[in-house]
Amino acid sequence: MTLTPKTQQKPKVAVYKFSSCDGCQLSLLNLEDELLDLAAAVDISYFLEATRTVKPGPYDVGIVEGSITTPHEAERIKEVRQQCKFLIALGTCATAGGIQALRNFASAGEYAKTVYAHPEYLEYLETSTSIPENVPVDLVIWGCPVNKNMALEAIAALLQNRRPRFPPSPVCLECKRNGTICVVVSQGIPCLGPVVHGGCGALCPASGRGCYGCFGPSSVANFNALVQGMQPRDRYPNETATLLRSFSSAAPAFKTAAELAYKLGANPASAHGGKETL
Amino acid sequence: MNTIEVPALARVEGEGGLYIGLKDGKAVEIRLDIYEPPRFFEGFLVGRYLQEVPDITARICGICPVAYQMSSVAALEKALEAEISPQVYALRRLMYCGEYIESHALHVYLLQAPDLLGQPSALDLAAIAPQVVKDALRMKKIGNAILKGIGGRSVHPVNACVGGFYRWPEAAPLKALLPELEWGLEAAQATVKWAVTLPYPELELDYEFVALHHPQEYAVMNGEVWSSKGSQLSVSEFETRYLEEHVKHSNALHGYTKDGGHYLVGPLARLALNHAQLLPAAQKALADNQIKLPITNPYKSLIARAVELVQAYEEAIQIVKAYAPNGPAHLELKLKAGEGSGASEAPRGLLYHRYKIDAQGLVQFAKIVPPTAQNLPRIEQDLLALVPQIVAMPQEQATLTAEHLVRSYDPCISCATHFLKLKIENRE
Repeated sequence: MTLTPKTQQKPKVAVYKFSSCDGCQLSLLNLEDELLDLAAAVDISYFLEATRTVKPGPYDVGIVEGSITTPHEAERIKEVRQQCKFLIALGTCATAGGIQALRNFASAGEYAKTVYAHPEYLEYLETSTSIPENVPVDLVIWGCPVNKNMALEAIAALLQNRRPRFPPSPVCLECKRNGTICVVVSQGIPCLGPVVHGGCGALCPASGRGCYGCFGPSSVANFNALVQGMQPRDRYPNETATLLRSFSSAAPAFKTAAELAYKLGANPASAHGGKETL
Repeated sequence: MNTIEVPALARVEGEGGLYIGLKDGKAVEIRLDIYEPPRFFEGFLVGRYLQEVPDITARICGICPVAYQMSSVAALEKALEAEISPQVYALRRLMYCGEYIESHALHVYLLQAPDLLGQPSALDLAAIAPQVVKDALRMKKIGNAILKGIGGRSVHPVNACVGGFYRWPEAAPLKALLPELEWGLEAAQATVKWAVTLPYPELELDYEFVALHHPQEYAVMNGEVWSSKGSQLSVSEFETRYLEEHVKHSNALHGYTKDGGHYLVGPLARLALNHAQLLPAAQKALADNQIKLPITNPYKSLIARAVELVQAYEEAIQIVKAYAPNGPAHLELKLKAGEGSGASEAPRGLLYHRYKIDAQGLVQFAKIVPPTAQNLPRIEQDLLALVPQIVAMPQEQATLTAEHLVRSYDPCISCATHFLKLKIENRE
């Protein structure tokens, strides 16, 4: 779509929050050097975290943070879709259900009892689902949190009527480009880098730890090979499995890979072998 | 006054609603409804390995992830009886300085100041006072730069672990921040000077202040839990006096003391209990601007945040100058079954965690008491005290004044939010 219509009106942008930590919206406010220019280039019509001003829809661009975890949210996202010509799912909650999708592998009711004295007061769904599982989405931006420059690039590309340029390769290649020594090869630490979307800049290996997958599964990756390569290196029970079952756990590729890792972990031949603690 | 409805309370973190029921010009019911969907963190922490805990709890709040990381590592280190090195402690303090700077600059200028200057947002403020907003963003950016320098990114940084840090951050990028930090210190001092001139609504309240206290330092990650009513407890005794209740209208639990009282955590409480431990520039900011303590007007917590900005820049400069990493960045942990509690002062107030772990380091039980949950009943009490003023006001002003009160708490509704809906209903 194009955001440069014949009239000179600035495109109207709306930012919404669903179940989330606010961190991806905050990443927009963390564009300290660009925020005022951005606010001049678009019409920020709905962004509750930033402004009381609410201009009526429809909007040219909707940016959605968070996942769908309540009956109310499941209805509200449909209204949001109707209001927005171009809809962006921002961050791993919106693109894969987020950390709260761990409920999908257990009973949300049991969790509710753990946390709340009166679970009957709560309204929630049994699963946390991504935005694309609920309504059609025009662009997804992974990350927990997103890389703020990718969010900016998405908006800039829309303004210029072109495709956004996102990092094309997985975290593993970002390490190579940065000259970071591989934590798997040099220290035997399990790392999801080979199968995870690039974009973070390979921060975890640069800090001497394995990638924990907050940017979600790469579209081109061999998940079986990853699990078979990493799982024997587990330093605590089910390390590889729980790395996969964390921030992007409900993404189908991670879901299947985690199941394989748990299966291998249950096999005593490859189980936790008294290695150094982390 | 008839029913007032504001479809959304903006410039807070999270989703909630506000209901005020009136009869004969008096409030008969006040509820801060918290709609923020529950995410069940304490449920899914069970079974996870202890090193995953700081990464997972960070996701409770994108605005104060460091607070969640620091309270969780403190609790887990206590469970393992692991003593971190002074260097690790200093670097954790520096991370916390970064978070105070980022969070307080955001709240002071982008979230609360628009109320005091009659603007719907800081973006609108930028149209009439561009330099104020540019300086605010520059101040905030320095906090984020500290977090990036230590943890790779400002939201959910990746370097902190139980026992210390995965790796010492490089010194050069942190030292390179010194000129900006020096600028930030001056900007923060100017912020205090400006903050005391703003037109705050009048409201004086009798608070029980609760915060960490330490005799030698402005307590953020160390010390005992002190109350202005005289209670002095170790962190491990926190739950003997501070309790939580699940009320029907809120997906966040409500905190209260064991004798049924409401208490206040956050910048006003810290300043009231710990002003003697502030560093010299922050002390000077208090004296030069004739700030009398304790501050008991909730709207004026902006002033307390401004003073803490001075403190955070001043402390960050000290730590960055002294930073010379040597020795291991983290302890080699000796796993054992145990239980430990930990607390730290998030920008919004005291954040308490307690964990039980087994001999393999897997979490068996987790309890998290966020600052906003402790403050929710207090906010309701403040609104009750505000009602006599609101009923005499025109609707728009009444609404704004009530909203502003809630915003002045910097409530983190993600730690509890959707939107805050203000509804004042006349039951006559």
